[in-house]
Amino acid sequence: MATKQTQVLARTLLSPAVLLLFIWMIVPLALTIYFSLLHYSLLDPGSESFVGLENFRYFLTDPAFLASLQNTLVLVGSVLLLTIGLGIPIALLLDQPVVGRNFVRLMVIAPFFVMPTVSALVWKNLLMHPVSGLFAWIATSLGLTPVDWFTDAPLLAIIFIVAWQWLPFATLILLTALQSLDEEQKEAAEMDGASALSRFIYLTVPHLARPITVVILIETIFLLTVFAEIFVTTGGGPGLQTTNIAFLVYSQALIQFDVGSASAGGLVAVVIANIVAFFLVRIVGRNLEA
Amino acid sequence: MARKVTTANVVVSTAGAWLVGFLIFFPILWMVLTSFKTELEAFATPPSFLFFHWTTENYATVQERSDYLHHALNSIIIAGGSTLIALLIAVPAAWSMAFSPTKRTKDVLLWMLSTKMMPPVGVLVPIYLIYKNVGLLDTRAGLIFILCLGNLPIVIWMLFTYFKEIPKDILEAARMDGATIGRELIYVLTPMAIPGLASTLLLNLILAWNEAFWTLNLSTLEAAPLTTFIASYSSPEGLFWARLSAASTLAIAPILIIGWFSQKQLVRGLTFGAVK
Repeated sequence: MATKQTQVLARTLLSPAVLLLFIWMIVPLALTIYFSLLHYSLLDPGSESFVGLENFRYFLTDPAFLASLQNTLVLVGSVLLLTIGLGIPIALLLDQPVVGRNFVRLMVIAPFFVMPTVSALVWKNLLMHPVSGLFAWIATSLGLTPVDWFTDAPLLAIIFIVAWQWLPFATLILLTALQSLDEEQKEAAEMDGASALSRFIYLTVPHLARPITVVILIETIFLLTVFAEIFVTTGGGPGLQTTNIAFLVYSQALIQFDVGSASAGGLVAVVIANIVAFFLVRIVGRNLEA
Repeated sequence: MARKVTTANVVVSTAGAWLVGFLIFFPILWMVLTSFKTELEAFATPPSFLFFHWTTENYATVQERSDYLHHALNSIIIAGGSTLIALLIAVPAAWSMAFSPTKRTKDVLLWMLSTKMMPPVGVLVPIYLIYKNVGLLDTRAGLIFILCLGNLPIVIWMLFTYFKEIPKDILEAARMDGATIGRELIYVLTPMAIPGLASTLLLNLILAWNEAFWTLNLSTLEAAPLTTFIASYSSPEGLFWARLSAASTLAIAPILIIGWFSQKQLVRGLTFGAVK
């Protein structure tokens, strides 16, 4: 159906977007690769020299790298566990006949719209403060010792904050998927005498497999680069306890001004993200066929 | 419907759902309440939940001491500007891929998606250095540009999935009736595309408003949007809880309202159409 003319038009309309994204992807990445091969410190201008893979050797054997890799994995894994582990029951609950469901939905989804700097500071000060925070008051009222979150369990504190932000996302996606589950299928299974448990295991769980995969992949992409929550609460500390890869690269670049090593670290982050992205793109691509 | 729902069931699930909803929403509620307290009451133990001396002085202080409106305006300009520019670039691209697909359309789409997977920290160093050298650090233009590029793949994807749902037969009918491409675009396509355009616009506004990697790293004062402004409360001397709460409430209120209106489209937009 398409004439030569519309084909040319279509290509003209598409090209600005393709061109911009191409430049956006290629130029900074090429520069990062280039910098990663240099000895390049902003504190020592004019001393740039080619050092090969030295920066990678330095970055990968730096104890800070192993610590931050571990923190990144713990952060991503725990937040995934919390958001999906809580998101499934909450979505199932909201899928029941609930009076005022729309209002409850609004309350559940709200944290997702709160900017990261706000949620981090509100949690750190108003809730988690060891003396005047609300959690401390609850603990004292129950006769327990208040936890000094950001001294004794800083990574766990960050995990809770980030999980609070992402719980709505997981819940909403799982709820949307649940609501698209065919009511007639459920009825048919019920009439055939399937118990509530077996309906859940054989009908609901397989139906949720795909949305859960999507939640895991998309959350992982974002969780690998958690930054603002750490930036405004702990600054990566105490020590390296809350430094993840993103924060480590940031501090090498903009605090220590070591461009070469930060670039090498940035590339390591790119490689990790690409492994996840590979699977996500495949899943989304399969969906395009339909 | 044949399924029986007992009253007891409804009562239990309603109570459970409201409790869960309240717990999840509570930190936001607590922040809003604190914003109306005096600084002394904000620190007080035991905390007072409703029976405190309600005051709006924190809101006035936030404006006086730190020029809140300046940062709010930055947020509006940066989020709005980057969204509008992204739409200007994305609408033609998505239109072309949805209505004149080629063999490579799928690959192009997936490639665009993959650019979104790049962690920003991977390109922080070159972007920072380029911005420093050309004087774009701490400018609204610099932030608009980077947020626009960052969100462009999502915008194109969302628009594409919406455009693809517009039945092609209608376009062909219009063509048969002798409509030119321009008329086809204005009278046939636009009215049908408006809901999709609107939800794309809203979702992207939310993402841009809350973006807190580039805004924190590339702005300090002049161009600082609300994300950076709120971050300034992390310094020890800035620990005034009531004030922090007032500033935070103002910072999230507009986006919370937009977000609530667009929540139905959220799932689709954020999962690139993989879950509808």
